[in-house]
Amino acid sequence: MNSRIGYIAFNTFREAVRDRVLYNLIAFALLLSGAAILVGEISIDIERLVVVNLGLTAVSLFGVVIAIFIGIGLVSKEIDKRTLYTVLSRPVRRWEFVVGKFFGLTGTLVVNTFFMAVGVFLALLYVAHKFEKMDVWVLAALYFIVLQFLIVCALALFFSSFSTSLMAAVFTFALFVIGSLSEDLRGFARITPGVGGWLATAIAYLVPNFSALNVINQVAHGDPVPGRVILYNTVYALLYSAMAISGAVLIFQRRNLK
Amino acid sequence: MVAIEILDLEKSYLVGFWRKRPKLALRSLRLTIEEGEVFGFLGPNGAGKTTTLKLLMGLVFPTAGSARILGMEMDDPRVKSQIGFLPEQPYFYDHLSARELLNYYAQLSGVPPKSRAARVEQMLERVGLRDAAGLQLRKFSKGMLQRVGLAQAILHDPKLVFLDEPMSGLDPMGRREVRDLIQQLRQEGKTVFFSTHILSDAEALCDRVGVIHQGELRGVGAVAELTSERQAKIEIIFCATKVPPGLISLGAEARVSGDMVNAVLPEEQQEAALEVLRHERLKLISLTPVRRSLEEYYIQKLRPAETQPDEIPKAGDRKEDARMEASRKGVGA
Repeated sequence: MNSRIGYIAFNTFREAVRDRVLYNLIAFALLLSGAAILVGEISIDIERLVVVNLGLTAVSLFGVVIAIFIGIGLVSKEIDKRTLYTVLSRPVRRWEFVVGKFFGLTGTLVVNTFFMAVGVFLALLYVAHKFEKMDVWVLAALYFIVLQFLIVCALALFFSSFSTSLMAAVFTFALFVIGSLSEDLRGFARITPGVGGWLATAIAYLVPNFSALNVINQVAHGDPVPGRVILYNTVYALLYSAMAISGAVLIFQRRNLK
Repeated sequence: MVAIEILDLEKSYLVGFWRKRPKLALRSLRLTIEEGEVFGFLGPNGAGKTTTLKLLMGLVFPTAGSARILGMEMDDPRVKSQIGFLPEQPYFYDHLSARELLNYYAQLSGVPPKSRAARVEQMLERVGLRDAAGLQLRKFSKGMLQRVGLAQAILHDPKLVFLDEPMSGLDPMGRREVRDLIQQLRQEGKTVFFSTHILSDAEALCDRVGVIHQGELRGVGAVAELTSERQAKIEIIFCATKVPPGLISLGAEARVSGDMVNAVLPEEQQEAALEVLRHERLKLISLTPVRRSLEEYYIQKLRPAETQPDEIPKAGDRKEDARMEASRKGVGA
């Protein structure tokens, strides 16, 4: 990796970890994992299912909130506060800035996910008293959650490269919700005839397929995640993120920083 | 050698609800700055000073024209390692301390890791922030932030430094420090291009100044030349408690302060005025020709063209103004 990208990524990471809001969100996610224990205890025989389901959903939701909250500000905040001026007046290319920001935020989310995942596993250990072989698939689900964060970060960066922070947040969150329902959208496209069907198909393929990256329910039931799915999802998430980042770079390269 | 060569740089923005109406922010700017020069870019707020600096820094893109910085095209990435920039009212990453911020900028500027820490400490010392180096920037005052801004602009030992309103919002002590720093940069042989609307600073620091108004460069000239220009007026100071009527009839503008009178009158009335003083038996303190101040030059250039009787420069008077006027008309500089 280009050293300037590394420096920008590290500074982005440092900025995020010094933000108090981040800790509030992580604390809230851990609290939810803790609450899963209580719900699990009153759910006879399905304690594990409840803890995994609630715990991973908390990790996913709070991670997405963090990704959007920090991601939208990565570029627009730097323009608004003019911190970008002193960065771009150095031998830093605009694409390096965008890519560095992306890696910085991704790094932040990976570290956050690690801490939140520890919370989930502790909750799991508390209700089940021991780890089982099938718990390894929880790791696969967590990996997919990280892949979701990758796409959300890239989208937040993409939207913030040309719109205000608020609009970027709205667009990114809307795409996350639509993307989470993309399987339903594909089903709807299959049964809709004519132009409506074509349109639904186009939208279904255009929006990120977050539902394919959501295996929380599957692993909560102890079902394995095939290696093929892990590979396809990895390639898909990387390609989709790369496309969104490329779009952000293309727009940002031409943008006048007024 | 030429440090900055701006060739018909122009910038317009599309404004209005549908962004169809073009608004000219900078009109065909042609300007040359020599190496080692301290150049002051003067103009009121909204004149186009910051737009020019942003264009040169590659923060906004020109609608037309180009510029060469240190012999390279302004969009050449190699240029950036040889220039420093202080934006107007700088704002930095407030989660960082001054030391961390300077270290980050040193990394981005390509300062070698071995000398980085020493260079950062040297800069903190130079701008007087050594004691506050570990404090987060959110706790810094405006003056302290300006010092950090100056430190980051010269951190990597650039050949050319761009400063956008470096004295803006500073107290007299802070302004003095910035002035001293610019003087030091001049002594080190750096080229300094700074925008300001504080004329006394420009007069004290600059080799040359350019006046920009409504996006148009109205005049360029050497400060020493502009301020040495005689105004066909004389100033007489003499001892008296009231202005002699004879002097008033010669067209003098006079004011009394204590037992001294200060009178300004046309040069051709010099002998007649002295005769009045002799006749009234008044003691002459001084007689000096009135020279033009930078402020007068600035005000004159800011006036609309139609009300400027001497808009076309006199021969041998302001050579650069004449050159600029010629290039604007397409005759060639």
